[in-house]
Amino acid sequence: MAAVAPGIAQLALALLLAPLLPGVVNKVKAAFAGRRGAPLLQAYYDIAKLLAKSAVYSRTAGWVFRAGPVVGLSAAVVALAALPWAGARALLAFDGDLILFAGLFGLARFFTIAAALDTGSSFEGMGASREAAFSALTEPALLLALAALARRSGSLSLSGILGGQGIGAAGGAAVLLAAGAVFVVLLAECSRMPVDDPTTHLELTMIHEVMVLDHGGVDLAFIEYGAAVKLWAFGGLAVSALLPGQGSRGAWVPDAALALAGMLCVGLLAGMVESVMARLRLSRVPQLLVAALAMSALALALVFVRQ
Amino acid sequence: MTLWVEGFLVALVLTNLWLLGSSRLFPCIAAVAVQGVLLGALPLVIRIDAPAWRLALQAGVSLGLKGIAFPLLLLRAARSLEVKREVEPFVGYPASLIAGIALLAASLALGARLPIPGALRPLLLVPAVFFTAFTGLFVIVGRKSAIMQVLGYLAMENGIAGFGMALAEREPLLVEMGTFLDAFVAVFVMGITIFHINREFDHIDSGRLSSLKD
Repeated sequence: MAAVAPGIAQLALALLLAPLLPGVVNKVKAAFAGRRGAPLLQAYYDIAKLLAKSAVYSRTAGWVFRAGPVVGLSAAVVALAALPWAGARALLAFDGDLILFAGLFGLARFFTIAAALDTGSSFEGMGASREAAFSALTEPALLLALAALARRSGSLSLSGILGGQGIGAAGGAAVLLAAGAVFVVLLAECSRMPVDDPTTHLELTMIHEVMVLDHGGVDLAFIEYGAAVKLWAFGGLAVSALLPGQGSRGAWVPDAALALAGMLCVGLLAGMVESVMARLRLSRVPQLLVAALAMSALALALVFVRQ
Repeated sequence: MTLWVEGFLVALVLTNLWLLGSSRLFPCIAAVAVQGVLLGALPLVIRIDAPAWRLALQAGVSLGLKGIAFPLLLLRAARSLEVKREVEPFVGYPASLIAGIALLAASLALGARLPIPGALRPLLLVPAVFFTAFTGLFVIVGRKSAIMQVLGYLAMENGIAGFGMALAEREPLLVEMGTFLDAFVAVFVMGITIFHINREFDHIDSGRLSSLKD
């Protein structure tokens, strides 16, 4: 029982704090623009408001439309359970769970796309097509980065990969490159700025937001919470790759504090990127994603050269 | 391989990827300049056994020429031509980056097979300089604008100079200075030629040169 306690604690902490991360990003953006900005807890308020409302369903939409948000949220939560954080062993740890981590987000994406197509709206179909096209480039980047980290640590489980020495030990350059690639994947997957603009709701250029236009009430709350959890999961992946894990110290509370500070840095960094960069032209987005892929490939090559 | 050397070589590889992936001229010039600075400092970092004054002279000349003189020359050429970006390259940018990954893999394979005298060289050095030379060659072939082709030539020269550094235990100083002088003259002549081509034909698009029959 004692072995799983840190896993449960970190999962509960992550689920509780996940909506804080978009709040941090928005605060940073507001500070850059000289505004006061929405309160830090705005995402909690939004989710609470939406949970109190009932969802409205179109007569033309079937069960796929209703399944989308549920599958999206549950996949994100399970992925979070597989992700070790603050050096503690994850609740769900087995050899090859890094494939599960990437696969769960693929499953969630498939259902989000299917739900968007189920509405029959051509607008949402357009967003779905873009999401599918860009994720075809983010997934190899993510998997290659994970492969580089796995090869370096000699473990096939995320808990073994991320519980290692972090950036400090030899081979730090590869870890830094892999973490950078994961960060670009985060920006693309969580519809942050250079790829997608999370604040627009009525533009022909958006990707993720357009797919959820027809969801409302509880469903939308699930989607928003799922997006926050996804942001937390990818941020947690980048942070845990960089930070030294339990092997070095073994005290959970300072490790958790360090990891929390790391998550805060992810929020700050995403907010800064969002403030100083304009959204890329859609035709330029693949270039950014291929650059992330190149970084992952380089990280993998570095790890292979060292061995 | 210490973290420092590794960081240097990774930065070298990243400048190549930047050169492959960017369509804007000024960042590309900056990337090649950074490459020159990195290669200039490399002999100091990997600790070639040579007299200190020679290393300092080599680094200084490399820094001055490849880090400052060439970029300034090319910047001036680019400004006077009012070219900001390469519009339609033969090979697109995402495709170039993917080709870059393939070239990196090829350089790693090549570097692993090549026996290097002097076992103390860092493992990544030979693949990194090979990759630099390959990138330069690729840019020469894959881009239309003459300035980008000059940048490709420079990257290739960087790669060859770096390879010489990796391979030769003790290069004569005269050879080293000779290559610097060659590159300097080449870039100087290319800069002037580009300017004249542009004045004569209103563009520096090498893809259209074949239609310039009398």
